[in-house]
Amino acid sequence: MDVKEYIASGILELYVAGLLSEKENLEVQERALESAEIQSEIEAIEGSILALSKTVSPGLPLGFNIVKQKIDVDKEIKVVDLKKRDVNWSWYLGWAASLLLAIGFYWMYTQNQELKSKIQVAEEENAQLEQQIADSDASLEKSEELLNTIRDKDIAVISLGGQAVSPTSYAKAYWNKSEQQVFIDAQGLPEPPDGFVYQVWSLKLSPLTPTSLGLLEDFASDENKIFTLTNTNESEAFGITLEPAGGSESPNLEQLYTLGAVSAS
Amino acid sequence: MELDDLVAQFQKKDITAFEKLHSMYAENICGVINVIVRNEALAQEICQDVFVKVWNKSDSYNTSKGRFFTWILNIARNAAIDKVRSKSFKREKQNLSADYFVGILERPEEVSDSIDFKGLRKLVKSLKAKCIEIIELLYFRGLTQKDAAEELNIPIGTVKTRNRSCISQLRDAMKL
Repeated sequence: MDVKEYIASGILELYVAGLLSEKENLEVQERALESAEIQSEIEAIEGSILALSKTVSPGLPLGFNIVKQKIDVDKEIKVVDLKKRDVNWSWYLGWAASLLLAIGFYWMYTQNQELKSKIQVAEEENAQLEQQIADSDASLEKSEELLNTIRDKDIAVISLGGQAVSPTSYAKAYWNKSEQQVFIDAQGLPEPPDGFVYQVWSLKLSPLTPTSLGLLEDFASDENKIFTLTNTNESEAFGITLEPAGGSESPNLEQLYTLGAVSAS
Repeated sequence: MELDDLVAQFQKKDITAFEKLHSMYAENICGVINVIVRNEALAQEICQDVFVKVWNKSDSYNTSKGRFFTWILNIARNAAIDKVRSKSFKREKQNLSADYFVGILERPEEVSDSIDFKGLRKLVKSLKAKCIEIIELLYFRGLTQKDAAEELNIPIGTVKTRNRSCISQLRDAMKL
């Protein structure tokens, strides 16, 4: 179809009216680019419609400003939307922050509790250690006292050797004659069986006269196994026998564990 | 080409380019809307909203939509027809007479009207009735050729040729 025929077909009028398909529109567009005649024909048709529609126009008393304003209003509405979104963000942030704060407080609280209990444990350990120190001091004092007693120049040391019942047993007696006291070191004696107790005897040899000096009570629980007894006798020997609990009137010589004579000085 | 450049600038959201395009087409577009709604104040309001829409939808225009004017014309026709079909419009019982748009031209002439404009009105009034009918149906109301043929009770092939001859008459009259 040549240009004249194409123009005469009336398709360009329909093109301006907007009654063609998109494909047809592009075809017209293409032909208009090839032919200046077609292009100017299109512009003339459009011009006639513009002129015609202007005759029925109510006019534009507010001009472009009102359109511009409405566009700005649209933008402002969008801005308001964004602000709303901002508020939501701060709302979320606020909650997140307070949640973090709460977790932080809880963490600090548990840390504090832990520290408190650790301090308590440490205080208890401290008290125990102080008690141990006090005990050690007391023990040391006792030992020093004992040592001083034993070192006294008036004291006589008597070795009590093991007898037939228990040959490996031994004991020592530290006798302060002037103060009428005897200290029995029973370290070398075995623990007495249940229901029995060691009894210490002062002996005169001719004739053989035993006098009870006392019992080694609470033998198992005594730490240094040193017992203090009173002795008013002119003893020539000391012996230790195993007797039923509570002690006996006279010694059971078959259960004589140790025996030692006072050396004549 | 100047128009293509303007449209390209407008599509980059250049408000100055848009203002120029508005001055080129707004009065005409408002005229088209007025033909459909037959209420000047309402036509002006719809016309403003059409140009806001044109601005917001600027991305969607391309040459497959036809002339830039034709694209705006389509948006305007749709907006005006939507309004006419709306409940609020029907409540107002608009007297949409069967008259074609020449009826609008019967309004009293304004002092501000230019001599050219007065001449143009006379010329439009001088158009044959069958030309006024077909131009209104195809350009102002956007009817398809088939619908226009049914409305006017003429064969579909006649729509295209009659339309061409009527536009030619209009162009000839404008040259005088």
